Amino acid sequence: MPMDAASLNSPSGQGPRTKRILAVASGGGHWVQLLRLRAAFTGAHVAFVTVKSAYRADVETAPFYAVNDATRWNKFGMPLLAMRILIIIMRERPDVVITTGAAPGYFAVVFGRLLGARTVWIDSMANVSRLSLSGQKVDRWADLLLTQWSALARPGGPRYEGAVL
Amino acid sequence: MIFVTIGAQMPFDRLLRTVDAWAGSQQRHEVFAQIGDTRWRPRHMKWATFLDPIDYRERLFETDLIVAHAGMGTILSAFEFATPILVLPRRYDLRETRNDHQFDTARAFARTGQIAVALNEDDLAERLNDLTTIPVPERAPSHASFRLLSTLRQFIQEEGKQPIAKTEATVAGAQLPHHYAPSESQSGARKAA
Repeated sequence: MPMDAASLNSPSGQGPRTKRILAVASGGGHWVQLLRLRAAFTGAHVAFVTVKSAYRADVETAPFYAVNDATRWNKFGMPLLAMRILIIIMRERPDVVITTGAAPGYFAVVFGRLLGARTVWIDSMANVSRLSLSGQKVDRWADLLLTQWSALARPGGPRYEGAVL
Repeated sequence: MIFVTIGAQMPFDRLLRTVDAWAGSQQRHEVFAQIGDTRWRPRHMKWATFLDPIDYRERLFETDLIVAHAGMGTILSAFEFATPILVLPRRYDLRETRNDHQFDTARAFARTGQIAVALNEDDLAERLNDLTTIPVPERAPSHASFRLLSTLRQFIQEEGKQPIAKTEATVAGAQLPHHYAPSESQSGARKAA
């Protein structure tokens, strides 16, 4: 890829360097599920993006961004949200984007992928009988698409690799 | 204490009014509600619109029963604190949420005997009158399953220029831009297996 964020900030010819992770979730259950993944981030540099500034208390001193939320019922927030996420990604230059949804995670996966990051979408555990709409839409942009219910896994589609519980 | 929460986002009058009426009629004074964007104000419960993470956890420490919407965040909190939880799923036809997924969530966890589900307001009031029927969930760790954590850890550590190949690599009939041979990455090999 011509714009590879990973190689831009990595002195070439050196050993493994600290990975940069952008961890993204909207509010409520999405955020609670993202926090349960933190043990996988040990040793990496992690910046968090969510929709409530009060959630900063959950992540101590890690870089933290609060953006507006946007939903299917409130489409006016979408362009603003997209722009904010794009700016954050250009600033953080993540190697990996990890999200538990919803709208902020969708934009983070799309822009992250376009700017050279590898991307993971973990569909919310709340989606028991079908993948979320954003999960379906984000499929072509996510390097790894996970469902938390084994019954929803299928070849070429979402994989099941355990759950946040 | 009974902690009523409908999440921090959309209103949920149906749940709050039912529990409030019950608290009034039963003279229960130790009921606290996080009411989010709900405009209606409880009369018999103490309430706040939003609790920040620290207040929320403090509240949960003192809670004997959670009465809530069937939100995933609330259910996970109940498991983490091993606190009994009674849920009323939000309904799409009443515009309480964006689809009926809360019924699926509630059903899936009720099946394991970890939560109690009320399907409507009458059912909810009835369950509140017999709190002994609400199960105590098994305490869950505060982190994801080891399988999920190790999958993510492996994904994070892989080298940037080798995105994990998708099995079949087709999405809605379209070919993905990159497809790497399974031998190029561990996860590719795992997928191919």
